[in-house]
Amino acid sequence: MKYRIQQEAREGTMLLNMGPSHPAMHGTTRIMLELDGEKIVNCELEMGYLHRGFEKICENKSYFNLLIYTDRLNYVSPLINNTGYVMTMEKMLGIDIPERAQYIRVIMCEFSRICDHLTALAAMCMECGAFTVFLYMMKAREYIWDLMEQTTGARMTTSYIRIGGVRSDFPSDWKETTQKAIEETRKVLKDCHGLISKNKIFLNRTRDVAVVSPETAINYGWTGPCLRSTGVYYDVRKTYPYLVYDQLDFEVPLGERGDNFDRYMVRMLEMEQSLRMVEQCMEKIPKSSSPMHLMAKGLEPAEAIKSSRTKRSEAEIKLSPNLEGTEKDKYPGILTGKGYIVPPKEDTYTTIEGLIRHFKFFMRGHGIRPPKGEVYFSVEGGSGELGFYIVSDGTDKPYRLHLRAPCFHIVSSLEDIVRGHYVADVIPTFGSMNMIGGELDR
Amino acid sequence: MAISKEKILEDLNKEFADSIISVTAQFGDEIIFFEKEALLKIVEFLIKEPYTFTMLLDLTCVDYKGEKERFEMVYHLFSLSNKLRLRLKTRLNEANLEIDSLSPIFQNANWLEREAFDMFGVQFKGHPYLRRLFMYDGFEGHPLRKDYPLRKQQPRIRLRD
Repeated sequence: MKYRIQQEAREGTMLLNMGPSHPAMHGTTRIMLELDGEKIVNCELEMGYLHRGFEKICENKSYFNLLIYTDRLNYVSPLINNTGYVMTMEKMLGIDIPERAQYIRVIMCEFSRICDHLTALAAMCMECGAFTVFLYMMKAREYIWDLMEQTTGARMTTSYIRIGGVRSDFPSDWKETTQKAIEETRKVLKDCHGLISKNKIFLNRTRDVAVVSPETAINYGWTGPCLRSTGVYYDVRKTYPYLVYDQLDFEVPLGERGDNFDRYMVRMLEMEQSLRMVEQCMEKIPKSSSPMHLMAKGLEPAEAIKSSRTKRSEAEIKLSPNLEGTEKDKYPGILTGKGYIVPPKEDTYTTIEGLIRHFKFFMRGHGIRPPKGEVYFSVEGGSGELGFYIVSDGTDKPYRLHLRAPCFHIVSSLEDIVRGHYVADVIPTFGSMNMIGGELDR
Repeated sequence: MAISKEKILEDLNKEFADSIISVTAQFGDEIIFFEKEALLKIVEFLIKEPYTFTMLLDLTCVDYKGEKERFEMVYHLFSLSNKLRLRLKTRLNEANLEIDSLSPIFQNANWLEREAFDMFGVQFKGHPYLRRLFMYDGFEGHPLRKDYPLRKQQPRIRLRD
């Protein structure tokens, strides 16, 4: 079958491929352009180069095991993806999570959002020639990732947010790390504002380029910063408040014209709001219920396992230094929900009941089994409304899991938007849409 | 001028009494189940004032293998001014996988329907360009159907020009 662009090709025009492996394609997407001189007459997008069958895999994994695949959707802000999936499950199972865990989730989500916006804008600016901005923004992201690395143990594929709470508490010095990340990000944002926001070259390439009207944006199903850049007030955090967003004071920045520059500016302003939210969360977050003294007294894990071989051990066990130890009942402040969370590891290793509970959780056909039915839940992702639609048939695997990827709807409009513009306009337009291959192709 | 969920459902029931099969709610979401012939009419009704379901949030398909009406189309509509979500569902028979396309009304339905066609083989009547979205030309079968094996391999295809 011929491509649409080939079927519609006019006399005397040139067909040009941009991608799939092109530095500005943020992954692998193929943009086919029909050019009259330098003007774009027609455009077609081909995607699917990164299709990994996410939805098919999920149908064959248990609810607990498929969490790791959600990291790989939007690999720039994996924590928001985790939150989206986990909160869909919580809605279906009817779990309320502890308050501290909610605050931790909000802090992590907001930092992820900043990372997402930083990456999107860094790539967009770099493609317009501002390499300094790219490096500055990557630097700010490193400070944020310091906190994430300390807390989650990973930089990108975190799998940190779990059904029933979060996997581990913040490290003891998290406030200093967070403070530093906030300060450095503020500094970078100020620098980048100075370098870019009034830069004539940047303005020429983005101002009044690829203007999208609010009606078109809504008709295309745009959400997130791209929709708000056209002046439409819609933010999942405000419309359907989840976690503790209704207790936080933040604004939703709106654009006026809906061009590339507005999409850039809305993201810049949103990052400042996210930083504000993190600061408020730092003040409001309830005290950690994790008793640090438990780390000091009690048996060493190895000793406990040894003694449990001969007799039932009643003594306290020291928390193991790795993250596994935090999945204990002794941390009710961050992870709750009997039957939905991994049983504490030290019980598994020292008591027979614990071992049975462990097997009951991981055995095929057991584990998390939500009631029959279907559920849709969405969170505000980095580039828009990230929704999960899960159909359960009462077994331990989802019958169907569908992801509403925000950038899918946004990128699908590129074909129409760039028509009539020049080849050079494709780059900032595509950059401002923040296409994420993992999410788009699933 | 916001309109309540109950009023919308009542109006819908009144307007489409013979094509709506059931209206249920689960986990706080309203689900409207209807005959597939009425799809375009219902969507055109909902898009108007004062209901204003102007955004198509999501469109997907579920394969209930073994049931008489095998495929279930699921539409999520969203109203910005009323801040309401609505889920529309209809069933397709395996012998006749045709359903009206929403792409004349919602522009993002173009890609969403291409995805549903790619993954489930649903035929959309009136779609301008029904071509596989994720898979390549020459791919056999529809991967998200329940009878498509997880680890099935496809033969290599010749290099396209």
